[in-house]
Parts: sequence; C-alpha cells; structure tokens
Amino acid sequence: MALKRNDIILTAVLLIIAVAAVAFMTINRTNGGNVVVSVDGKEYKSLPLNKDTTLEIENLDGGINTLVIEDGYVHMEDANCPDKLCTYQKAIHYKGETIVCLPNKVLVTVESDEEKQLDAVAD
Amino acid sequence: MFSKKIPMYGLMIALAMILSYVESIIPMHFAVPGMKLGLANIVVIIALYKLGTKDAFILSIFRIVLVGLTFGNLYSMVYSLAGGLLSCLVMILSKRMKSFSMVGVSVLGGISHNIGQILVAMFVVNSTNLIYYLPVLLISGIVTGILIGLLGAELVKRIKI
Repeated sequence: MALKRNDIILTAVLLIIAVAAVAFMTINRTNGGNVVVSVDGKEYKSLPLNKDTTLEIENLDGGINTLVIEDGYVHMEDANCPDKLCTYQKAIHYKGETIVCLPNKVLVTVESDEEKQLDAVAD
Repeated sequence: MFSKKIPMYGLMIALAMILSYVESIIPMHFAVPGMKLGLANIVVIIALYKLGTKDAFILSIFRIVLVGLTFGNLYSMVYSLAGGLLSCLVMILSKRMKSFSMVGVSVLGGISHNIGQILVAMFVVNSTNLIYYLPVLLISGIVTGILIGLLGAELVKRIKI
C-alpha cells in the first residue's frame, strides 16, 4: 500500500499543530503560586507553593493520597489507589501543570497568585 | 468460515497482549496517567485490512478487556476502552473514506486514542485542565501511528489469511 499524498499532508499538519502547541505552552509558562487540590471536581484545599507542606487527601471512598510540597515543587508521595500512577508523575510547579489520580478522582493543579485572591478559600 | 477465525483471533490477541506488556515496561506515564505508545494497535489495523471491520472491532474490545484484566485494573480498563473504541471507530471510518493509506488511518487511530483518553480523564476528575497534556500526547500518538502504519502495511502484504 503506497503512501498517499493525503497521508503526508495529514501527518505534517497534525505534527505542526502539536509541536506548535507544545512550543507555545513551553514559552508561555509562568511560575505558579498556589496548589489547588480538587476531589471529584470540587475544590478540597488550596495551599501556597512556597511553604513546605505534607497534605493527606481523603475522599469519600476511603482513598488517601499524600501530597508533598517541597522547595516550590509539588508531587504525590503516596496513594492507596490500585495503580499509583499519580506517584510516578513528575513534580510540578508551573501554572497549569497537573497531577492526577483517576481512581481517587484527585486533581492537583498549580495556579498563579493573582487568581487565588479572587476566590474564596475552602478550608 | 468462523472456525478459521478462531486461531487467527487467538494469535492476534496474544500478540496484542505481548505488545501491551512491552508498552507497560516503557515508562511513559510520568506526564499523564495511562499514556501509552499504542503498539497493540497494530493488531487492530491488520485485522481491519485483512479480516474486516467487524473483526477489527471485536478484536479491539477483546484485547482491551483481556489486557485490562491481566495487567491493569478496572480504572485503566475504562480509560483504555474510551481511547481504544474511539480509535477503532475513527480507523474504520477513515479507511472507508479511501483518501488515506494505512499510515494515515493509523495516525488518525493513534491521535483519537489519545483524545479519547484525555476526554475520559477530564470527565473523571471534572476538570478541563488536563487538556494541557494533549499536544505532547499527540506527538507520540502521531509518531507511533506512522511507525505502526508502515509496519502494518508491510505485514499485510506478506501475511496470507
């Protein structure tokens, strides 16, 4: 089966879009100020990035995720979910980066300082 | 004849499982959970071109469920199903359009696999933030799609079914 011209056009266009998107996001990334943890879509806790903390995130089904903020970076130290993929994800600190635990429905995001001041803090 | 298909199915699924195992060793999930190379897709695309639409679809489901039961867990299976089924559908449709060769179909299959996975992940955690990872996933999906397409084209030429 020979390569058709459509294949090359398709692949080239997709690659250009994807690479451009990655480049755009890399250039525009800003350092975050806060870590926002949400469980099942609802905000659970918000913490500043500049303070070293350890947070135990509990959800309704008994899931426990251990989040660690250290030296301005956030990572998932431990979790009781079946695959523990969240613990392998690399430490984040740029705005928009996330760590996700799908089984426990936990989402950890980094946001910038300015946004946080407008929201009510859920404590 | 259906009886001829049983050994074929068995071979394909076994191949898909081995490829999935190889995939699981390669560490790709540091960025997004469940990010996979999509090597096992070669089985689906060969089935699509050699056996037919229905067989490709059935094989798709079989391999996702079996791989999920053997190597994964319930969550990874749901996740895989979303990506795999969308991918299979897109490949069936794009093959029917006849404007792409196997490589194009494979690339489309690869990116729809990634898109399906991200959509499900976004749904599960109830957030649109995860779309941040789509461009990176797409690059790997496209590259793997190209390789699988080229390899699959060569195999289809030589396999006698």
